[in-house]
Amino acid sequence: SLQAAMTKLGQWLCGLALLGSAWAALALAPPGLQPPAPLRQALLPLPVYLLVAFGCYSLATVGYRLATFNDCEEAAAELQEHIRAARADLRRRGLPL
Amino acid sequence: MAAPRPERVSVLLPTYNERDNLPLVVWLLERTFSDSGIDFEIIIIDDGSPDGTQEVAQQLEKIYGSDKIVMLFLFPSGTAYIHGMKFATGNFIVIMDADLSHHPKFIPEFIRKQKEGNFDIVSGTRYKGNGGVYGWDLKRKLISRGANFLTQVLLRPGASDLTGSFRLYRKEVLQKLMEKCVSKGYVFQMEMIVRARQMGFTIGEVPISFVDRVYGESKLGGNEIVSFLKGLLTLFATT
Repeated sequence: SLQAAMTKLGQWLCGLALLGSAWAALALAPPGLQPPAPLRQALLPLPVYLLVAFGCYSLATVGYRLATFNDCEEAAAELQEHIRAARADLRRRGLPL
Repeated sequence: MAAPRPERVSVLLPTYNERDNLPLVVWLLERTFSDSGIDFEIIIIDDGSPDGTQEVAQQLEKIYGSDKIVMLFLFPSGTAYIHGMKFATGNFIVIMDADLSHHPKFIPEFIRKQKEGNFDIVSGTRYKGNGGVYGWDLKRKLISRGANFLTQVLLRPGASDLTGSFRLYRKEVLQKLMEKCVSKGYVFQMEMIVRARQMGFTIGEVPISFVDRVYGESKLGGNEIVSFLKGLLTLFATT
């Protein structure tokens, strides 16, 4: 598929080109071809709005993931026990520790 | 119905100055495999450690036998896996860290997961389920989550933990991937997953705990972050 053959950068550039040209065609059209005024007023700042929305989404997502990042207290304690058992057993088997 | 193929797991352990941790990792691996009845071998690939790691490896070979412990010495660390794989006789290969941040107890879970979906790769993830980390402060966790978010947005890799290095591969899959991957360090681990997806391999995930006992001494430096970003952008532009 075309998507598979493109690099991620290529996909982004294609996507941006498509959306960008659609936006430009509608928002920056010459007087004869302009869409109705309310639509134009919403379209013009749309790229900035989307950028800000994405920024907020990013902050919220990273913040949430940071807050829910598990702390493996038990794993650390278990590891200490295992290390003790390992050292004792290895000493018995002749490893100078 | 044909008898199931006997399974053997080859664990590739690249080491550098792991004189203290190596015996512990090997002990834990041997315990885990014998408790779960899985046939195994451990391939220790040492990068010329000056602290006596190789002597310890030789002593371990005496204790556990040379069919269980294979040693390879003096390979530059970027090629440890390539050389290690040549000696691997297992049909599954496990890659993990030798500093006890990865606990061998997860390996049977990797195998269970692999069977469940016949996955080509099973990746340990710190970011999903009850996976997690011990020993990181808020700043380190933030960098980790931030970097991972950026990676997800740019690469859409279909796996939650791209820089993790605790994974199980089917041997043929790892061989094919090694031929294609060119990066080093963190980025190498990321590239493996990205290429695997490109080549149509399936990836399963198992939550793991990562116990960092070293973070206090070795902070994540600006250099590492810069090279991570460079690597990420390179993968973004070339895959």
